[in-house]
Amino acid sequence: MRKGLLFGLAALAASASLPLAGPAVAAEEGPALPKLEWSFDGPFGTYDRQSLQRGLQVYREVCSSCHGLKYVAFRNLADLGYSEDEIKAFAAEYTVTDGPDDDGEMFERPGAASDYFPAPFPNEKAAAAANSGAVPPDLSLMAKARAGGADHIHGILTGYEDLVPDAVLQSIFEHETMKNEEKYEADLAEYNDKLEAYNDKVEAGEQARRPLEPVQPQPIESIEDLGLAEVSNFNAYFPGYGIAMAQPLYEDGVAYADGTPATIDQMAADVSHFLMWAAEPKLEDRKGAGIKVLIFLVVFTGVLYAAKRKVWKDVH
Amino acid sequence: MAETATPAQAESGETRRDFLYLAAAGMGAIGTACVAWPLIDSMNPSAEVLALASTEVDLGPIAEGQRVTVTWRGNPVFIDHRTQAQIQQAEDVDIASLPDPQADADRVETPEWLIVIGVCTHLGCVPLGQRTGQSRGDFGGWFCPCHGSHYDTSGRIRKGPAPLNLPVPPYQFTGDNIIVIG
Amino acid sequence: MSGFQTNSRVIKWIEYRMPVFSFLNHSIGAGYPAPKNLSYMWNFGSLAGFTLVIMIVTGILLAMQYTAHVDYAFDSVERIMRDVNFGWLLRYIHMNGASFFFIVVYIHMFRGLYYGSYKAPRELLWILGVVILLLMMMTAFMGYVLPWGQMSFWGAKVITNLFSAVPIFGEGIVTWLWGGFTVDNPTLNRFYALHYLMPFVIVAVVVLHIWALHQFGSNNPLGIDPKGPQDKIPFHPYYTAKDSFGMGVFLIVFAAVIFYLPNYMGHPDNYIPADPLATPAHIVPEWYFLPFYAILRAIPDKLLGVIAMFGSIAVLFVLPWLDRSPVKSGRFRPIFRIFFVLLAIDVVVLGFVGANPPEGAWLITGQIATFWYFLHFLVVLPLLGVFERPKPLPTSISEPVLKGGGSLAGAPAKPMEKA
Repeated sequence: MRKGLLFGLAALAASASLPLAGPAVAAEEGPALPKLEWSFDGPFGTYDRQSLQRGLQVYREVCSSCHGLKYVAFRNLADLGYSEDEIKAFAAEYTVTDGPDDDGEMFERPGAASDYFPAPFPNEKAAAAANSGAVPPDLSLMAKARAGGADHIHGILTGYEDLVPDAVLQSIFEHETMKNEEKYEADLAEYNDKLEAYNDKVEAGEQARRPLEPVQPQPIESIEDLGLAEVSNFNAYFPGYGIAMAQPLYEDGVAYADGTPATIDQMAADVSHFLMWAAEPKLEDRKGAGIKVLIFLVVFTGVLYAAKRKVWKDVH
Repeated sequence: MAETATPAQAESGETRRDFLYLAAAGMGAIGTACVAWPLIDSMNPSAEVLALASTEVDLGPIAEGQRVTVTWRGNPVFIDHRTQAQIQQAEDVDIASLPDPQADADRVETPEWLIVIGVCTHLGCVPLGQRTGQSRGDFGGWFCPCHGSHYDTSGRIRKGPAPLNLPVPPYQFTGDNIIVIG
Repeated sequence: MSGFQTNSRVIKWIEYRMPVFSFLNHSIGAGYPAPKNLSYMWNFGSLAGFTLVIMIVTGILLAMQYTAHVDYAFDSVERIMRDVNFGWLLRYIHMNGASFFFIVVYIHMFRGLYYGSYKAPRELLWILGVVILLLMMMTAFMGYVLPWGQMSFWGAKVITNLFSAVPIFGEGIVTWLWGGFTVDNPTLNRFYALHYLMPFVIVAVVVLHIWALHQFGSNNPLGIDPKGPQDKIPFHPYYTAKDSFGMGVFLIVFAAVIFYLPNYMGHPDNYIPADPLATPAHIVPEWYFLPFYAILRAIPDKLLGVIAMFGSIAVLFVLPWLDRSPVKSGRFRPIFRIFFVLLAIDVVVLGFVGANPPEGAWLITGQIATFWYFLHFLVVLPLLGVFERPKPLPTSISEPVLKGGGSLAGAPAKPMEKA
């Protein structure tokens, strides 16, 4: 038995490579994203309807001027707790291009429940032209297309210079300073080796080129020292710290219909919540079905085990 | 064979065993059935198909006697601006003699406008009669070329293999001359 | 073995004209005698077949909703996730099913490696298994391209580019694979066609695999041949019951992932639509390819890297002739057991290396692990066959008089009736 176990452990170790290999890839540089508590986390998680509605308001009043939401139809807003009439009224506030009509012309009409959120720009080139070359990505799947999900979106929205705590800034500066120094030391070692080879060649009277001495890096003490591109804005949670999008959220940027104070953090959390729903609208169905399926399977497997024991009773 | 019980097995052991097998097989059958439903249902119309927009039609430009085809849910809908003669013809029929008895008044909102789904109730072809020059069959309505079904000016089946009248889609007048189908 | 018996007239009528019931009886029924000491490690064969069926069923239903065109593929997958009834379930089953298929098959293979299931007279059985693995890899790779996300596109581009390492014809082969000058619509269409075809090829090879299995029956944890009817029990109901229980456990784990961690084994970048002009920062294959990917990158030369990667599977084809030890089961091979564990660790290490950028310590680790992989098969196993002194083998499955299988020899065994 012990020997069989040995094998079993080895096989387990082999299969264990899979959960560990995934996160190993996702290891990102920079400060860790602040982890929020989301109502949709966990096996019984559900969306918070109030937060979704507030998030929709933030998307509509702030994000939608640049970012599309092309996989979400107005009819889907029923998930947020809106009635059919509310959805119709909401959709009708949008103008949708339809056609061609009987004369072959495209025409505009008010949106219907079956329409999708219209794109803010007619095409990608127009989007790039209007945003100095950086195309604002569609947000339908953003919460699933970035490691960290809703936390990532919340992090980006609250990661601007004036919004992040000093401690986070300091940790970034320290991290970057250390990285530069490590690189400098590696370069220096390489330089010394090359220099030695160069000196040997010179002594032997051969032709050689003197290697370039690496420059000792200055410690990074401010955002300017990071050397971000001209058009980009500092963001603590964006890879490389330079993001094309200017800080989108400001205190009381929206007036919440339910009276919740519109702090930047609140708006960021609400819109992240909303975008998680936009990316995974079937999450509640999935988790709800999962618990039933698992209960059934556990009982079923128990019965199968008992049956197996009965069948094998005489063998062992 | 292997199922043969040995003398050592008591009666109670035997029943318990049978019960276990039945429970296992039963749960397996239930589980399979539960899995089958999502698989089958995935082939039903999906949400975006069900939510397909209703069709709005402006009847203004359609002259008396003219027939127009629009699409609703991917199927042709016949809009017929009937003449007085056609209305008369549709109303002067002994309803009891029809294969699918229905009064003309039950098939229209206003007598001038007949609106029916243009799909033959036999096997789904689109009947002729919408364009000028096409055969309208023996009863002045529509004629299905596939298997020879004749419809009258109310879109009712009069002759041929089709069992039912051309169905009337749900529609309503939203203005004097505007209807919304669906 | 007594023949198939029935009282049903209908079954008799069919049986007389086409002996399908006695065929089933001899394949998975009471008429198929199996060693009585098979452990739960022997569950994974039938489990792999079960997973293949799940993949084919969900795959066919997904194919009814999917559009194989670069402009619509990503959208059609999102439509499946959002609008198709239970589409999210089908897709999550199919996408995680691929991973679970590999988990099951890898355990099945390591089982075979440990218990010497590849040895005479089961060489062909093993080789057919390796063929199935290759077909699975091709199918999985092409299936991953279909959602047309960033990882789909760049995975397809990088892997098809492997063939450009072929001398002289390389460029031509790659252009031919693509049907263009990059991965594009023709590539997507042919991958879709082949992704639909390959599972049925796998089914055919599985039939051959089972056919070869039935010639000599299953190997067993002791690795010795059954000496007579007292060593065997009928497949049904014993192993059908045991396999059913194993299937239940498998389904619990599978369901837990589908319903609660459906994207855990995936990559966020594949929720970004394919962009032929921008490569993601880290391109990583799916986890089940990572060890092979690590071997590819361990060797700095393009052609040699590709050869090493294919070699790592090719070596499995000749494994029955590399391991010359007459003893099958690792239980009786004390030194082999140590090396077996080392190999398992080595493969796990290769997996980690494959997931990380080939720089610094990862590169060196990858090279050592690659070296060890080939050393194990090409040097260690042949030498062990000569120099290792195996422990004495038990005389029979029913009476393993020597220590090592004590728990198996408990109550008197119920013999298989009349051979």
